[in-house]
Amino acid sequence: MPLKLSLKRLEAESIGIIREVAAEFRNPVMLYSIGKDSGVMLHLAMKAFYPSKLPFPLLHVDTHWKFNAMIRHRDQIAERYGVRLLVYTNPEGLARGINPITSGSQIHTHVMKTEALKQALDRWNFDAAFGGARRDEEKSRAKERVFSFRSAGHVWDPRNQRPELWQLFDTRIKKGETIRVFPLSNWSELDIWQYTRAENIPVVPLYFAAPRPVVKRDGVLIMRDDDRMPLLPGEVEEIRMVRFRSLGCYPLSAAMESTAATLDDIIEEMMSLRTSERSGRLIDDDEAASMEKKKREGYF
Amino acid sequence: MSVAILPSPPDTTPLRFLACGSVDDGKSTLIGRLLYDAKLIMDDQLVALKRDSCRHGSTDDDVDFALLVDGLEAEREQGITIDVAYRLFTTPRRSFIVADTPGHEQYTRNMATGASNSDAAVILIDARKGVLTQTRRHSYICSLLGIRHIIVAVNKIDLVDYSGEHFYPIVGDYLGFAQSLGFISITPIPVSARYGDNVTQKSDRMSWYDGATLLQHLESLDIELGLDEKALRFPVQWVNRPNLDFRGFAGTLASGTVRPGDRVAVVPSGKRSTVTRIVTADGDLPEARAGDAVTLTLADEVDVARGDIIAPSESPPDVVDQFAAHVLWMAEDEMLPGRSYLMRIGTKFVPACITTLKHKVDINNLEHIAAETLGLNEIGLCNLSTSIPVALDPYRDNRATGSFILIDRFTNAPVGAGMITFSLRRATTVHRQTVLVDKLARQRMNGHRPAVIWFTGLSGSGKSTIASILERELHTRGVHTYMLDGDNVRHGLNRDLGFTDANRVENVRRVGEVARLFVDAGMVVLCSFISPFRAERQMVRELVDADEFVEIFIDTPLEECMRRDPKGLYARAKDGKIKNFTGIGSPYEVPENAEIVVDTRLGNAEVAAHHIMKSLIERTIIS
Repeated sequence: MPLKLSLKRLEAESIGIIREVAAEFRNPVMLYSIGKDSGVMLHLAMKAFYPSKLPFPLLHVDTHWKFNAMIRHRDQIAERYGVRLLVYTNPEGLARGINPITSGSQIHTHVMKTEALKQALDRWNFDAAFGGARRDEEKSRAKERVFSFRSAGHVWDPRNQRPELWQLFDTRIKKGETIRVFPLSNWSELDIWQYTRAENIPVVPLYFAAPRPVVKRDGVLIMRDDDRMPLLPGEVEEIRMVRFRSLGCYPLSAAMESTAATLDDIIEEMMSLRTSERSGRLIDDDEAASMEKKKREGYF
Repeated sequence: MSVAILPSPPDTTPLRFLACGSVDDGKSTLIGRLLYDAKLIMDDQLVALKRDSCRHGSTDDDVDFALLVDGLEAEREQGITIDVAYRLFTTPRRSFIVADTPGHEQYTRNMATGASNSDAAVILIDARKGVLTQTRRHSYICSLLGIRHIIVAVNKIDLVDYSGEHFYPIVGDYLGFAQSLGFISITPIPVSARYGDNVTQKSDRMSWYDGATLLQHLESLDIELGLDEKALRFPVQWVNRPNLDFRGFAGTLASGTVRPGDRVAVVPSGKRSTVTRIVTADGDLPEARAGDAVTLTLADEVDVARGDIIAPSESPPDVVDQFAAHVLWMAEDEMLPGRSYLMRIGTKFVPACITTLKHKVDINNLEHIAAETLGLNEIGLCNLSTSIPVALDPYRDNRATGSFILIDRFTNAPVGAGMITFSLRRATTVHRQTVLVDKLARQRMNGHRPAVIWFTGLSGSGKSTIASILERELHTRGVHTYMLDGDNVRHGLNRDLGFTDANRVENVRRVGEVARLFVDAGMVVLCSFISPFRAERQMVRELVDADEFVEIFIDTPLEECMRRDPKGLYARAKDGKIKNFTGIGSPYEVPENAEIVVDTRLGNAEVAAHHIMKSLIERTIIS
């Protein structure tokens, strides 16, 4: 079945953006977070360069707190697509035993994601990094450019962004400066799922409903992916039919009760949902304007 | 679980539109209302919104929809929109991308940014105020950026008792003014963003209005651009070469269609070939249309690179090195005619300069104003010249091949946005006189290579003194020399130039061109100019071959120059008798990559000249 017109336009736009980076930058990298958006972004990149191979590696910043199913999926994907996969973990954070449970979500996210990402970009000297963020996810992302400039030290200055007209991206930077590129800027969550279905893109099984061990904590369902997450007094683990709408570190990603077990079910369910996608991401609620603050510090 | 399933949107292209209005017209409120009424605000977002409305909100009782779209902290605190925000929403009939842009004059560049990728614009007018200066400004920018469909949302109609007597005169005013702006459709709609009248639901308080609601109109607006019917323009983005047997050209069709077997030309080179395949990851295509991202292969081994355009051999784009364009200036530093900027047009980057600013446009009344420069957010009609010929079309024919940005060559920031109005001179019509004696022949006869020795530094730093000694030394060695300095140039060739930044740029540009002629004549030309700006020194450097330019920075600190003050100029500048004096009222940009740096505190002029001489020998300019 041919792709419907609106997805075809989005696909072409994203492919154009991805090719632009390969043509203009010395050493680009694609951030691969294993989620549904990363899956679509990688698929688009493979299409962009066909019949050539992907001219840059993937980078996964591993906090060691991803769901086990995510890590399995990551390794399968790297093999299936035949791409070079770099995995990086912040060694100091690991040595200090930073984790989302006792260190708290803010410190964990800052050290194991934001700092780790900056270290990885510096270590391999990448000058451009693709991210799968979409403008419809969050208010401060709605303000971000497709080619988003970072001064030395990976700092984002939202009040002083480069104007971006037409498709004439300004790709020029000095040594030490970098660009974050968002090829999925204009995709919605529904577009992502419809495209995933149309193109048969593999996704982590956690997106599909299944009986899973969960505890109810602060009003949301948290899956116990392994025994590193102790039960608090009064908490009981129970098996419920759940799935995930957005995947991050497992104690920070809330599950939703659902019976949607196929891509068609997910799309059908999505159209009736009355909550936003990131409502299950606990790190967004740390404080008002939280995403903007994290982004200024270098978070994707 | 029983749920109401929304029907899938029909297969249409998404509509990209721009919402513009000034701070109090209720633009963000209107977009928030659209999203809310279209049931696109989710429950958790509504909870957050109600919480935020108490903290930042400007409406007393209700939810403040503007807070939905003003995403940056500073915007929420100040209750204004600073930057362009893009919002996506989908209704059962169509999907939309809204560019929400600020309305203040100082944010013209942000509005233009939003307009550059939009097909339609919603222009808000406050029903109590009618057509204002800013309405005209927004309409003009939309027109300039090529938007052809306008919706005039006459907002706050609730504050004038929902009366048509307020609405119709505003519409009349607007139509009268917008007649000359070339819009295909202008649709006026009376709305109240705050209460939702005629936004997504037909108002029952305005029986005198029987037109569509804003959303109905947006859902049905036909923006067919006819890009498929235009001539093929395929800017080559990336050369796809996985192995020796495959050489393809990846890019997105800006316009037209292409099929295997089509005869094409590669511009600007003009080489011809035939399209053999349209390659995609989903298999070869029988045809590609405007907007498709594909990889083309050609029948012949022609030279094709990123930046070239593949076009029909019978209707190629113009190939020119001079053209006229409207330029919107986007930087704090003013535009300087003569300065070299990096131009991005399509996938090509090429040095370019604005040769003439024909006039500035007053964006409030469209009047033409004579001007020497453009400041931030100003628009002017300019002549531009590129260092090599480029392929282009007028903007009105093709947005993709008729638009460009100018990038500052040192900060790398985009400083100008341009829309080409027409070509000035076809590059192919200017034939250079074929030469029988060339630079190499003259070099052989002279016995040395030609070069530009460029002395830069503050007034009184010792440039001319050192250059004179160096010239004497070169002369004794039989080197053919000539010296250009402020004294012999400003009295003749550049008699018409003063000392403003714009004039300084032009001064150095002309000197650079003269120096190039001397190099062509096979001579070593010593140029001694303050030349305070990096951009112009870089421009002169690029006029000659890489090994023919030697930049010498005479590094004497300002205090030392002021102490020496051989011509008494610093004293007069300090007294305010000379304006724009470098180091006092005008900046000096220290060279970052000078071939030679001379610190005059370490030795006298003879020593410095000797040091330079040694370096010229090392560089094999002289033997």
